[in-house]
Amino acid sequence: MTAKTESLSREKARSANKKSGGYLFRSGVKRWTISIVRGLLIFGLCFMIIQPMLTRFGSSLMEERDLYDATIVLLPRNVTLDNYRIVFDLTTFPRSMINTAWTSLIVSVLQVIACTLVGYGFARYEFPLKRFWFACVVLMIIIPPQTIATPLYMNFRYFDIAGIIKTFRGEPLNLLSNITPYMLMSATCMGLKDGLYIYMLRQYFKGIPKSLEEAAYVDGCSTLRTFTTIMLPDALPTVLSCFLFSFVWQWTDLFYTRNFLKSMPIYSTELSSILTRMGRYFSADAEKAVIIPPARQQQLVSIGVLICCIPLIILYIFTQRTFVESIAMSGSKE
Amino acid sequence: MSTHRRKKEKRERWGFMESITALLPLNDNYDTMRSRNARTGVLFVLPFILGFLLFMVTPLVQSVIMSLNKVVLVPGEGYQLTWNNFENYKYAMGVDPYFNQYLVDESGRMAINATATLVLSFVIAVILNQKFKGRTMARAIFFLPVILASGVLPGVEKQLDFNMLQGVSDEIAAQSGVNISASLQNLLSISGVGSGVFDVLFDMIDAIYDIVMASGIQIIVFLSGLSAISPSLYEAADVEGCTAWEAFWKITFPMVSPLLLVNAIYTIIDFFMKNDNKVMEWINTQFTRTRYGESTAESWIYFGVALAFIGIASLVISRVVKQYDS
Repeated sequence: MTAKTESLSREKARSANKKSGGYLFRSGVKRWTISIVRGLLIFGLCFMIIQPMLTRFGSSLMEERDLYDATIVLLPRNVTLDNYRIVFDLTTFPRSMINTAWTSLIVSVLQVIACTLVGYGFARYEFPLKRFWFACVVLMIIIPPQTIATPLYMNFRYFDIAGIIKTFRGEPLNLLSNITPYMLMSATCMGLKDGLYIYMLRQYFKGIPKSLEEAAYVDGCSTLRTFTTIMLPDALPTVLSCFLFSFVWQWTDLFYTRNFLKSMPIYSTELSSILTRMGRYFSADAEKAVIIPPARQQQLVSIGVLICCIPLIILYIFTQRTFVESIAMSGSKE
Repeated sequence: MSTHRRKKEKRERWGFMESITALLPLNDNYDTMRSRNARTGVLFVLPFILGFLLFMVTPLVQSVIMSLNKVVLVPGEGYQLTWNNFENYKYAMGVDPYFNQYLVDESGRMAINATATLVLSFVIAVILNQKFKGRTMARAIFFLPVILASGVLPGVEKQLDFNMLQGVSDEIAAQSGVNISASLQNLLSISGVGSGVFDVLFDMIDAIYDIVMASGIQIIVFLSGLSAISPSLYEAADVEGCTAWEAFWKITFPMVSPLLLVNAIYTIIDFFMKNDNKVMEWINTQFTRTRYGESTAESWIYFGVALAFIGIASLVISRVVKQYDS
């Protein structure tokens, strides 16, 4: 029965193709070619993005002798978890990761709260020097943090308000011993990539129709209440995606972390100096470093990178939709 | 339309006296709706204004001063500045053996990579905007580099490459003939085709991984522009007998071209601020060697170069976009 209908429909298609003068056949071939080429391209590029992670994972389970065996490329012959233990030791693992997690969380929450308020202010209110301040936001996006790093560092290292602290303590305060200066910077939109978040949020708030707020005002809603009950819920996806960006970038950030969170082990700084510590770890004598073969070095560094990425990838899998879709929405209102 | 807009802007502009009276109580202008709104606005933006003044302007000024002075650390006191007549800038441009070289290298690499990133992300965005099976999955994967190529992650492994692996892997590649573009390059140069243009092209092909890893955000921005184009435009074009190729150049490209500028600027900044950038690394090295004055001078020069690139890019692109605007 089904075979019969299939042959019937095939007959029909053939006659339709004949009637169209071969157009249907040609367009069909074209469609297939396009989708095959597209599939190959997409698959190739996707593979290129994912492949390093897979190789890293494969090599992370190898014993050291597997690394020098030319017949072993991806899958380990002698499976071991010892390498992970070594990397844990090298990066003071559980402690540095926990520190990373809570600092990233605090910093990104502060950043997002501040940026949401500022973004809303820029999107909805007219005030003196508004253009000037917005130009400052743009300036902040394009100025490399390295330019101001040195003076900022000095400021916090030798913190003093007009010589008052020095007269009492005998020396200026060293604020770099805790997280306060960095929290202050995040709460005032001066953290990592804050200009970008302000820009994104302003763009989104600008796209919300003004009549929504006007209706609320007419009904006697206060400014703050309008913001929290009407505007904020509407902008929640964008706010959330800013939070995710900020969290992820803070997690892997090296620059601000290295300068302002010196007092505690943070995973990213530990990871960046893993190579120098490796030599000392493997030598019997704590003073002298031994030379480690490059393949082994690469394996251990890869594991470090893998450990850094895994929590983020898990987070990404669950929030992928928020990430991609809300950027797409804020972008369309350029 | 344009006169109307200009009028509106004029009305919204703030005069000097007006802005002062709006913010200070006990005058006639204080209690108007406009002033009240302005005060609310300033309140919302206050965190940024405070932060900018405290943590941006002060360090910026200090950084300019430091770059013009010899900076010496005094234990327990802070630092001491002595004016040294642009010595830091002279050092950066003339004495420092690496800075100039790295700056030229990275600028060249940036020009090639940024162009390639823009083109590639546009092509990928066009493809991802079409309907096919597994589109959500593909989108998710293409956006993954935003995580995988951020912060320390690219830098750590590059560091390794710089140290010793580079030589080894180059040798292995040369022996086994794995490096496709290299063997193709050899073939072309033997047959006499090889030229500057090809070299640039081969550089791009060799850097394809870096380029894809750097184009996550750009793809999303283009994608957002593409998905905002109404399908009825394409339908109308199709009815009029427009081919897909024509529709691409007459509809897709002009509609998305304003985003080109945003993306170009983002790409340039992103490239200049990456951790695996040699100039960045060098400035950080100078910093850790307590050459504070020199390192700030170098970062100012670096910023100037970045700004120049952004200026050139926006000039060129705004010309292209303007062509489509009219």
